[in-house]
Amino acid sequence: MADPHAGAGAPSVFAVAFKDAAFAALVALGLAAPMLGLVTVQTQSGIELEQHWGKVAIAVAIVFAGRLLLNLTLWRPGRKKSLGYVPPKVEARLARFAKYLAPLAILGAVVMPMLPFTERYAIDLGILVLTYVMLGWGLNIVVGLAGLLDLGYVAFYAVGAYSYALLAQYFGLSFWVCLPLAGILAAFWGVILGFPVLRLRGDYLAIVTLAFGEIIRIVLLNWYWFTGGPNGISGIPRPSFFGLDFDRGDDGFAATFGLTYSPLHRIVFLYYLILALALLTNVVTIRLRRLPIGRAWEALREDEIACRSLGINTVNTKLTAFALGAMFAGFAGSFFATRQGFISPESFVFMESALILAIVVLGGMGSQFGVAVAAVVMIGGFELFREFSDYRMITFGLVMVLIMIWRPRGLVSTRSPSVFLKEKKAISGSLVQEGHG
Amino acid sequence: MTEPLLSIRGVTAYYGAIAALKGVDVDVGEGEIVTLIGANGAGKSTLMMTIFGAPQARDGSIVYDGQDITRTPTHKIAQLKIAQSPEGRRIFPRMSVIENLKMGAAVTGYAHYEADLQRMFDIFPRLKERANQRGGTLSGGEQQMLAIARALMSRPRLLMLDEPSLGLAPLIAKQIFAVIAELNRTEGLTVFLVEQNAYHALKLAHRGYVMVNGQITLSGAGRELLEREEVRAAYLEGGR
Repeated sequence: MADPHAGAGAPSVFAVAFKDAAFAALVALGLAAPMLGLVTVQTQSGIELEQHWGKVAIAVAIVFAGRLLLNLTLWRPGRKKSLGYVPPKVEARLARFAKYLAPLAILGAVVMPMLPFTERYAIDLGILVLTYVMLGWGLNIVVGLAGLLDLGYVAFYAVGAYSYALLAQYFGLSFWVCLPLAGILAAFWGVILGFPVLRLRGDYLAIVTLAFGEIIRIVLLNWYWFTGGPNGISGIPRPSFFGLDFDRGDDGFAATFGLTYSPLHRIVFLYYLILALALLTNVVTIRLRRLPIGRAWEALREDEIACRSLGINTVNTKLTAFALGAMFAGFAGSFFATRQGFISPESFVFMESALILAIVVLGGMGSQFGVAVAAVVMIGGFELFREFSDYRMITFGLVMVLIMIWRPRGLVSTRSPSVFLKEKKAISGSLVQEGHG
Repeated sequence: MTEPLLSIRGVTAYYGAIAALKGVDVDVGEGEIVTLIGANGAGKSTLMMTIFGAPQARDGSIVYDGQDITRTPTHKIAQLKIAQSPEGRRIFPRMSVIENLKMGAAVTGYAHYEADLQRMFDIFPRLKERANQRGGTLSGGEQQMLAIARALMSRPRLLMLDEPSLGLAPLIAKQIFAVIAELNRTEGLTVFLVEQNAYHALKLAHRGYVMVNGQITLSGAGRELLEREEVRAAYLEGGR
């Protein structure tokens, strides 16, 4: 039997959808009329108002049609709504999958340069992405684990880069000597920043770290006789392969190994170098998370007062987080310097800090894998949009908004505990004993 | 009487210009359960925080085990075998139950972590069921158990509890009090208990203090206070 009220009493689905779409079109008209319809143009006699009502009509039509279509399909009343979040079962399966995904990703990264179809551009892009993966992992220690919002992370990247460049320029030290030194110097600056901000949290901490990042950049810009100011430092020596330079000479890398010289050798070498550095960051972080200091960082992120009342020295805990995060940025910085051969304060603007922070936040604070994925997506995406550089920032913002709507806690929001109660093992053990005989 | 384990003399504490504690004297003897009761805003929690050095006392002295801890930083106090389950439980919500417990053992350098963990699971079997769950997903009662267990993981001589019954169903609160009494009886654990639930607290405690407006107005044996007219009028009638 058909519902007698369907036609007469309740308005039909289409009528409702039409009404809603018409209203949306009205709103669109209100917005589009002044923004698209009226354009000021400079003429000889001054400024004139040009009218573009065709554009307005198109915009309104798009909104109306789109809204109507959505109302009749996705937003149709009574349509079973899909869950807004990933159900826990799928989440758990994803987590299990991720366990294999990480080694696979590493394997992929290792073999990538050896594949026959890999071009120089891909390796260059890989180096860039891995640099940000490393920076993301380094910042993850400070922001993701210890919960200290740092907006000036690029300062330590700059310290690392300038440490190497200046040490090489003034003392002629090689990359391999400077790499640890740059890390130590950056860590030292991390502690220097750490001390004044020990009592700050959240927004206040963010502001001070932001200021710190700018101070470092402006000092580099204005300390002309030492850092070269806006001209930067050029001719930074390239790294050697255990003392073998990547050049055409008889004692170069290619000649020693009986290869024909190719500029690609150095690129591939740099790729593996940054891969190793990034993986070092990852391994150290994963190991530390299981140690008391790593747990203390996470506890500090959760509740500082509880932490202190459990006998944790929060001063040391914060300073080690700052120092360690800064140290990895220092490594990455000196790698950046040796790869570019030229650095200037231009490379260490606030935008870089924001980008690295975005990678950490989008990846899911504290998740190593998520951070790596976010770095690939962001930097890779940035490169893809190189052609349309005008739309880069818009896309960047859009992606961030969308990820935050769908995954408010980042791409990988599950936090794997560092300690487990191995109850399951014990049960299976007892079952085995029962069953035999 | 022998020297008390914790001796608070003339302690004052301020929040800015506002006096929260106006010269408080409290003694907690070894092996005792001592409770501090009082209305909202009387300064009970402030006293507990002051013992733990945040905020530090402006005047007076706090002596623990013969050592002046009035100016000792919080984390150093925690290393003296004083454990605290602070107000509002303050467990680590995104860390698992077992990680929370492990944090409690940090002070001891994990010397007897495994054994203590087992002991906590014996005392609070619920925590064992929830061991790999995130702290924030526990119920209020379970979180309170976790907060107490976390404090006990450091093998304290003195356990300070701030309103362990707050927001709990009466039955769960009773369970928690029973555990406290049991630990005191079997292991001689000294307990300093801050409570609003005056009836249960005074029944449990050997001695009690009543705090009004940052001052101790009454003190005596727990059962004795329970009989006092003014205590009954202020904290028990209607409240129970």
